[in-house]
Amino acid sequence: MSVSQTDFTRAMMDAGQPVPDGLIDQLAQPAGRRFSVYRNNVAVSLTEAMHSAFPVIAKLLGKQNMDGLAGIYLRQHPPSSPLMMFYGEHFPAFLAGMEQLKHLGYLGDVARLELALRRAYHAADAAPIAPDALAALSPDQLMNTRVTLAPAVQALCSAWPVHAIWRYNTEDGAPKPAPQAQDVLITRPEFDPIPQVLPPGGAYWIRALMGGATIGEALEQAAAEDETFDLGATLTLLLQGGAITGLDSKG
Amino acid sequence: MLDTAAYDRLPAAPGVGYKPQHFAQITEDAGSVRWLEIHAENYMGDGGRPLAQLRHLSERFAMSVHGVGLSIGGEAPLDKDHLARLKHLVGWLNPASFSEHLAWSTHDSHFYNDLLPLPYTNTSLQRICTHIDELQNAIGRRMLLENPSSYLAFAESTWSEPDFLAEISRRTGCGLLLDVNNVFVSATNLDFSPQGYIDAFALEKVGEIHLGGHDEDEDDHGHPLLIDSHGRAVVDPVWALLDYTLSKSGPKPVLIEWDNDVPDWQVLEAEAARAATALERLPA
Repeated sequence: MSVSQTDFTRAMMDAGQPVPDGLIDQLAQPAGRRFSVYRNNVAVSLTEAMHSAFPVIAKLLGKQNMDGLAGIYLRQHPPSSPLMMFYGEHFPAFLAGMEQLKHLGYLGDVARLELALRRAYHAADAAPIAPDALAALSPDQLMNTRVTLAPAVQALCSAWPVHAIWRYNTEDGAPKPAPQAQDVLITRPEFDPIPQVLPPGGAYWIRALMGGATIGEALEQAAAEDETFDLGATLTLLLQGGAITGLDSKG
Repeated sequence: MLDTAAYDRLPAAPGVGYKPQHFAQITEDAGSVRWLEIHAENYMGDGGRPLAQLRHLSERFAMSVHGVGLSIGGEAPLDKDHLARLKHLVGWLNPASFSEHLAWSTHDSHFYNDLLPLPYTNTSLQRICTHIDELQNAIGRRMLLENPSSYLAFAESTWSEPDFLAEISRRTGCGLLLDVNNVFVSATNLDFSPQGYIDAFALEKVGEIHLGGHDEDEDDHGHPLLIDSHGRAVVDPVWALLDYTLSKSGPKPVLIEWDNDVPDWQVLEAEAARAATALERLPA
């Protein structure tokens, strides 16, 4: 009796399936609950990976609920690569799509923030431009400049106070989240990613820059989204986070 | 041509599995620890702290790269992307050793994050040798292949595990990584003599020894079922089996693996010091 890896994984991921024939104990009897060691190892290791990947979600839901959700998630979305540092990419959409969690509408965005922080942690290193490099440009040159952002930089838009929720659950004494939309910038000045609230329109401006727009073109797009967009404040956040790694001034 | 001795470059001294929480203490005073082992897959990001720490450590310690995700025993061809990532890591780090497992972890494009068992047959032997040839060609060096912990057996197996590993080594030129705790776990679970297993093992091919802790459970019939958890100290019978192994093999690099419920550095270092004592006891 030959046991294929298809037979093995099917039974491993579904405890309702019988243990494949041909797996035996030391007396050549059916393996029985010895097979459960593999069922258990896989479920426990992937559940633990979800806990360490999404600590704020785990805290918001409580351990038992998180274990239960991870158990469903790991069967719907087993890892597609051995790089466990990136496991959970479908978790935000999974949470947002769970009918029982509809009253906690912010969970998906909080999970997106945690995923983005983890990606930033593992992103490539890049040296920032000198702090005075932008100051040397005339206003016209500045508007015609394209910037390269560090690979760790990310901008997230949310209709929820996603940064405040994250902070409230990771920092002792942080203020209780107020009901307001928050866009978040992630930078990584050295090794630790830092999430910060972006001023209104800031996320659109940064995403336009990432798409290859000049500072001026991106400004027009951001101002069209939000007329209060503050270029100076947003640019300062990028510079302070070491987020700008290159400048390209047209002509 | 692959360098035939390339799997034999770790010092015959204690090493530990590296955990980032021990970084400061290791760089200050590593005690008995002479070399470090990392899990390859944890250092396949693009940058940041993990790679910076690894660069720093590799200037001070001999390094061993231990893969846990290639799925050498898998029925499907090896993942080309993962081979390329291993080649890149081994290329820039130039570790003293690279090792992987006699196991599989990926099937149908899904990675299960565990070391899964396989039958020991002529068919699986051929497949594993093909995969090891492919890996060794990709990374340009010999690897060490590690014996697994077994909780069950396959009725279809026609080879004993030591003979199976020796034959893989003979055909591919790979060295072997002997996990003495795995021998103890498998021997308890499947009722064979751990010393007999060591006696049958190709000790001259061993480039590294692993030691770790295990948990105790039992099967449906009340038979002991040990589980390789890497979550506690090495037990005395496994230390005794290490002594037995070293008395036959001579000095080897000995690694302490402690991956879950990771203890304070002092506790881990004390385990390494015990391995140092076992090595020092050997006749010169």
